Amino acid sequence: MVKNVRIKWSKVVLMLVLSFALVAAGCSNTSNEGVTANTGGTESASSSDTIKVGILHSLSGTMSISEVSVKDAELLAIEEINANGGVLGKQLEPVIEDGASDWPTFAEKARKLIEQDEVATVFGGWTSASRKAMLPVFEELNGLLWYPVQYEGLETSPNIFYTGATTNQQIIPSVSWLLEQGHQNFYLLGSDYVFPRTANKIIKAQLEAEGGVTAGEEYTPLGHTEYSTIINKIKSAQPDVIYNTLNGDSNVAFFKQLKDAGISAEDIPVLSVSVAEEEIRGIGADVLEGHYAAWNYYQTTETPENMAFVKAYKAKYGDDRVTADPIEAGYIAVYLWAAAVEKAGTTDVDQVKAAADGITFAAPEGEVTIDGDTQHIYKKVRIGQIEADGMFKEVYSTPEPVKPDPHLAGYDWAEGLKGQ
Amino acid sequence: MRTAAIRFIQSRGTVGYLLIAAVLFSAPLFISDFRLNLLAKFLSFAILAIGLDLIWGYTGILSLGQGVFFGLGAYCMAMHLKLASTNGALPDFMSWSGLSELPWFLEPFHSFPAAVLLGLLLPAALAMLLGYVTFRSRIRGVYFSILTQALVLITVTLFVGQQAYTGGTNGVTGFREIFGYSLSNPDVQMVLYWITAAVLIVVFLFAKWLVGTRFARALQAIRDGENRLRFIGYNPDIYKMAVFALSAAFAGLAGMLFVLHVGIISPSMMGIVPSIEMVLWVAIGGRGTLIGAVIGAILINAAKTGFSEAYPDGWLYFLGALFVIAVVFLPSGIMGVRDKLMALVQRRSERNTKQLAEKGGESIGANGMDSVLRETNR
Repeated sequence: MVKNVRIKWSKVVLMLVLSFALVAAGCSNTSNEGVTANTGGTESASSSDTIKVGILHSLSGTMSISEVSVKDAELLAIEEINANGGVLGKQLEPVIEDGASDWPTFAEKARKLIEQDEVATVFGGWTSASRKAMLPVFEELNGLLWYPVQYEGLETSPNIFYTGATTNQQIIPSVSWLLEQGHQNFYLLGSDYVFPRTANKIIKAQLEAEGGVTAGEEYTPLGHTEYSTIINKIKSAQPDVIYNTLNGDSNVAFFKQLKDAGISAEDIPVLSVSVAEEEIRGIGADVLEGHYAAWNYYQTTETPENMAFVKAYKAKYGDDRVTADPIEAGYIAVYLWAAAVEKAGTTDVDQVKAAADGITFAAPEGEVTIDGDTQHIYKKVRIGQIEADGMFKEVYSTPEPVKPDPHLAGYDWAEGLKGQ
Repeated sequence: MRTAAIRFIQSRGTVGYLLIAAVLFSAPLFISDFRLNLLAKFLSFAILAIGLDLIWGYTGILSLGQGVFFGLGAYCMAMHLKLASTNGALPDFMSWSGLSELPWFLEPFHSFPAAVLLGLLLPAALAMLLGYVTFRSRIRGVYFSILTQALVLITVTLFVGQQAYTGGTNGVTGFREIFGYSLSNPDVQMVLYWITAAVLIVVFLFAKWLVGTRFARALQAIRDGENRLRFIGYNPDIYKMAVFALSAAFAGLAGMLFVLHVGIISPSMMGIVPSIEMVLWVAIGGRGTLIGAVIGAILINAAKTGFSEAYPDGWLYFLGALFVIAVVFLPSGIMGVRDKLMALVQRRSERNTKQLAEKGGESIGANGMDSVLRETNR
């Protein structure tokens, strides 16, 4: 009897292993067949009824809280375009991959989307680290990436279109605005990685040139949550304004502890460049009320296109969801790519890039135009003040969209910054 | 008939290895460049798994810090590739972190042999050091595992913090060439794949040889009764340090190959989660069998990739379920299933052909598991 039971157990175990092996094999097999079927090259992709586009954001891990919303906005744009007849008469077929908040995974999945799925373009990324990990892959395979988040500039990859702001469309105008408001003495606080480091390098050079002072400069590791020491330093440095380039969870801790230390927005205002509507929901509007942020778009931006966009986004994903700058930048990236493809008459990367120059689109943030030289877009710069309901009140806006200048060629004081 | 089947399965050892080697070397014929690149990555993980199996499966020391050694090797190779790709200019992450010239301790990475040597020696030296401190103070079991986790935390924090020298959370990426050959060339990638496959086979054969030596018997004695070994007059610390350093060197080797295939290394790859995942490869493959570690590393990473491609929204649940099922139902891993199967076939054949039992000695019978395991260990 005992022996029989044992035998059954081994059978069960064997079955389990086999079934899992089959599932695993099935997964890789189906995708392998995809390769052999598609080895004809790009023709086979464009001769079918659909055009495949890749979406590559972190759907798991620490960045998923931010990136899932961008993915949702891109899917919304794809759905809208498909409802209006698609691109070149074909429906768009999104291929979604998970970057898992892990930079090597971003590189692997980018390669998979281009080589395996032969997507016409990829919309994806959030952190600079993920972009830098994907960049060699896109350049090597001549793919096309649309990157939707404001970043530190000083980069123009021939295979990336940047629909978020570069530094002269967010940081530099906001520093100028603060100086105009009479805030001379800046305290720079950021997370310790490439964006804050580069941003603060630029800010220091700009302050020196335009008559401001750097009262202090501090970096904390990503995910750092203990700010009492830094707040004490801030108290003793007595700055006019804190320029905040912290990212992620650190913002929650910093703003709460700042308020607990009795420093309000009237005492020392904080201007943030990584705090948008989505983050305000996480930090709490009561803590943030009165502080500033610099972006190109707010959910409250008053354009007819934005009314429609916010309405469609909430209708699809729920009333409690908010839109924010990177979400909008992801949404317009899809439309800009579609317009470039229509203009080029093909999804071929080189021809789409050539056609993209000068394309304009009535975006929720107002009219945007692709600058073919830098592959960035013209954007209006807006400073917003956080209100009690967690939304922004626009307190300043450039009259016209600002021409992108990722390498800061138009600023004499930025001469020494072009490290690369 | 049945006995022939048994003989076949038992001799499958060698035949099987040859078969696997043949499959590995001919893989480029069957799969696309992208899949080949992935397979190459899995093979480099398998090298690490062999090292982990030596220390955990054979010596019974559970290291949850292999990610650190993997990362050290990877950073050594990455630093060389980065310096080779910038043509004498300062790597981008150094210039934005405020360095104006290459720090002296990174100078050796201009040379490929030096980088490879450091990629092997640094992890081994670090393992030696940690081993020296812990083993000599008789720290073992869970406490040692916790210490290796601490090592992971310290190293990751250090690498994230020292952005000017390590690239911070971004890690190091943007390589263009090796020995003047473009890394993006599919032919170069194929050669690199073959190199990785060859290194894996060499490492495997070396480990296979090693576990047959007196040295390995001492290791197993440490696993099964360290105090007894000590009383006999051996000094287990030396053996433990040696095998720990060896497994670290294997991990460093794996890291170097990983960078060549993946093109990026970041601190997240050496963190706590990857370090634990590495142990799972060996656990699910079957510890103490070497080939189980290789199979585990390849299968689990293939499953991870497969799940995440098939179900980008929920793949982590599938992977988690796979881990749970494997640990609950396969306590001795995939290789344990093979052994059970063999014991099963054996038992059946015995029942049918009673005359076999009369011969005595050859019978494996009820405790066939153990003797088979002993066979495979040898």
